[in-house]
Amino acid sequence: MSTQSAPDPKIPVPRGPLPILPQSRPARMVEITIDGKPVSVPQGSTLLDAARSIGIDTPTLCFLESLTPVNVCRICVVEVEGMRALVPACSRQAEPGMVVKTDSERVQLSRRLVLELLASSVDVSTAPQLQEYMRRYSARPERFGEPATPAAEGERDAAQPGHHQPPETGAATVAQPVKIDNKLYVRDYGKCILCYKCVEACGVDAQNTFAIAVAGRGFEVRISTEYNTPLTNSACVYCGNCIGVCPTGALMFRSEYEMRQSGTWDESKQTHTDTICPYCGVGCTLTVHVQDEKIVKVTSPLDQEITEGHLCIKGRFGWEWVNQKK
Amino acid sequence: MGGGTSSYREMEETDLILLWGSNARETHPIFFHHLLKGVHNGAKLFVVDPRRTSSAQWAEKWLGLHVGTDIALANAVARKILAAGLENRAFIENATSGFEEFRQHVQKYTLEYAENTCGVPAGLIRELADAYARAGRAQICWTLGITEHHNAVDNVLALINLGLLTGHVGRYGSGLNPLRGQNNVQGGGDMGALPDRLPGFQHVENDELRAKFEQAWGALIPAKRGWHLSGMFDAMERGELKALYVIGENPANSEADAHRTMKLLQSLDILVVQDMLMTKTAEMADVVFPAAAGWCESEGTVTNSERRVQRVRRALPPPPGVRDDIEILCDLARRMGRDLGQPTSQEIWDELRSLSPVHAGMSYARLEAMHGLQWPCYDGSHPGEQYLHGRLWARPVIGPLAPFSCVEQELPVDALDSEFPIRLTTGRRLDSYNTGVQTSRYASPLRHGETLDLSPKDGKKYGFEEGEMVRVVSRRGSVVAPVRFDPGLRAGLAFMTLHFPDQVATNELTIDAVDPKSGTSEFKATAVRIEKAGQAKPVPATV
Repeated sequence: MSTQSAPDPKIPVPRGPLPILPQSRPARMVEITIDGKPVSVPQGSTLLDAARSIGIDTPTLCFLESLTPVNVCRICVVEVEGMRALVPACSRQAEPGMVVKTDSERVQLSRRLVLELLASSVDVSTAPQLQEYMRRYSARPERFGEPATPAAEGERDAAQPGHHQPPETGAATVAQPVKIDNKLYVRDYGKCILCYKCVEACGVDAQNTFAIAVAGRGFEVRISTEYNTPLTNSACVYCGNCIGVCPTGALMFRSEYEMRQSGTWDESKQTHTDTICPYCGVGCTLTVHVQDEKIVKVTSPLDQEITEGHLCIKGRFGWEWVNQKK
Repeated sequence: MGGGTSSYREMEETDLILLWGSNARETHPIFFHHLLKGVHNGAKLFVVDPRRTSSAQWAEKWLGLHVGTDIALANAVARKILAAGLENRAFIENATSGFEEFRQHVQKYTLEYAENTCGVPAGLIRELADAYARAGRAQICWTLGITEHHNAVDNVLALINLGLLTGHVGRYGSGLNPLRGQNNVQGGGDMGALPDRLPGFQHVENDELRAKFEQAWGALIPAKRGWHLSGMFDAMERGELKALYVIGENPANSEADAHRTMKLLQSLDILVVQDMLMTKTAEMADVVFPAAAGWCESEGTVTNSERRVQRVRRALPPPPGVRDDIEILCDLARRMGRDLGQPTSQEIWDELRSLSPVHAGMSYARLEAMHGLQWPCYDGSHPGEQYLHGRLWARPVIGPLAPFSCVEQELPVDALDSEFPIRLTTGRRLDSYNTGVQTSRYASPLRHGETLDLSPKDGKKYGFEEGEMVRVVSRRGSVVAPVRFDPGLRAGLAFMTLHFPDQVATNELTIDAVDPKSGTSEFKATAVRIEKAGQAKPVPATV
């Protein structure tokens, strides 16, 4: 028991001073030129930041504001005067005096080729952003030929470094059967462009569960659980943060997957409403996707300070009861 | 005002995080993301918990104390800080009261005493004291491991003492934070769902404040505080409370000592339940009002653990016959002779803003534009406060001094003895929530139903096989559950959840020993014995 006389709870505590927040030192500005225009950005900004600051829409696939750049997709490359190679805008920092071209012929060619290589080997049918880039850069993946025969179940997962043989006919493909091993989400690696976002979200950038990693070498590179064990035997905790960052629909809610299979998934009929998760007291914003008065999926907005787009198993999947009580 | 003093963002920029009686990795997973960013940025994490939880696995050091010995540990940490001269004298002199008495009070809490009482090696206690006091910024975060005890408030006061002793409160990156277990448990209290408070923490026994509400509402408000939940059950037992209106709560499953709870609920003259699902409590009710799901079929606000008021919005209509809480309440008022009109959630919120100074600046438009605001927020240009109690660092201090509290170690009420030698504690698992009303209806691959979790050592001692059905017996009841071995448990400690009341009614075991100050039951400490039950049922491998 307390023996001191505590402050009288009946008397309201007076208003105190505003919190003092740490001031970041004003950053030094860096002057560069992008597409002939002078741009001034704070030191540490990337070329992507700089381009965006003057309204230039640079395509990105593996980049996400909340994840550490891994520079793997090469779609954001730009040309910097005096550099031998094109540089990834998402991670290359602006340096004083840089002269950058974001839309030169060389840049366009490179982006087009990246898109054609991806789309010739990967099913991009549920990747609307990537399809938009293909139209923008007039990509023609079909010039590599018809896709080769899909791999049998487990074939790509068993591949060892150095085993890759180019297909005898058609374009090499990562097509393979969909992995369905639990009731919450499916993994369709025939749609995977290897952007690594899921690995990052599962790892130190958010979830810190490390259930998946990049396995294999060369064309046999794939995202895998440890020893390719089913998710139900893996370290996965079903937060679905990998689904949240996947840009191609390779990782998909089981509910969405099944509706797409049966032809009932219709985004034109869906509404998105931001609300707060009904479970613990953290206060994560949920974007509830509703079609025909049923919840079909839950995501979280990237620009929320609390979640940065990430949720736990309850927030992402624990809404089934709302549909059941109808 | 009661609320976490810091913001999640500060967890990323602090130097030390002391997680006490909380398995936030599983119970507050997205908060834990912020905490882990802090750890990756170099913060030291200390975890105090009887179980070596998935949170503790991230810790620099885990202090595995015996259940219900938190005060002994906290007081010993305080004593050690004082003995090393690491207290923040300037802060203590400027902003606190009762320091000298506190200093003398903790003298008997020696490292040796704490080691014997808590089961934590003295060296670890010394290390925690040293690291916490020396950290430039330090956070203490706790959950129900602190508050589900018969001396819950004293436990909290013991932790607050540590913050006052070192000045780790009221500054950016330093604070004292209860992590709220439900999406609006903070908001419920803020809105006056406490026995002694009107909205905005305004005390009901303050005549001036009460008069303000009476004038706004055109009604008389009882001048004395009411009962908290456990007090209501005591009042039912005394025959003083005969009608109960339960909104969004499932006491038939969630209250400790389920036998007593059921008996008292059945003894009521009338039980009215307003809920979004047919809970066990609703099944017992005389009248049930089916209510819309507050988070997706209704408009309004909730308040989270960093005091952020956030908007909830209607994403879909409720099923036919199901109505919004506001509509139900206003209709009921009309039938009782008082026309409250048909206010929208925004109109009610604006009324609240006119009565609660700490919410005054939070218009719906600002809440929308700023992704929520943290109270206090006094006017339309106030940014909301990222941390509380900056007033304690003003010279001279603004408002009352912060008092040290002399609290004594007390063991749990349900004592261990030769008949009931095992300490059963309860908690949540990652994929489930409270009595499972909502979470039992999605297909979690992690779920394996209720189990009695035991240390492998005890399993061997009692000759149990994993998956074997055992009978768990307390002084109040018994249940049968399959055994599961958890290497995170020490010998003598068992763990169960409340998630599957239809399968295993854990609350038939728990004790309704109640903290007189908060009304919280001692869910965390039940004395049990475990016997073989005969039949075996396989349990999936642990995750």
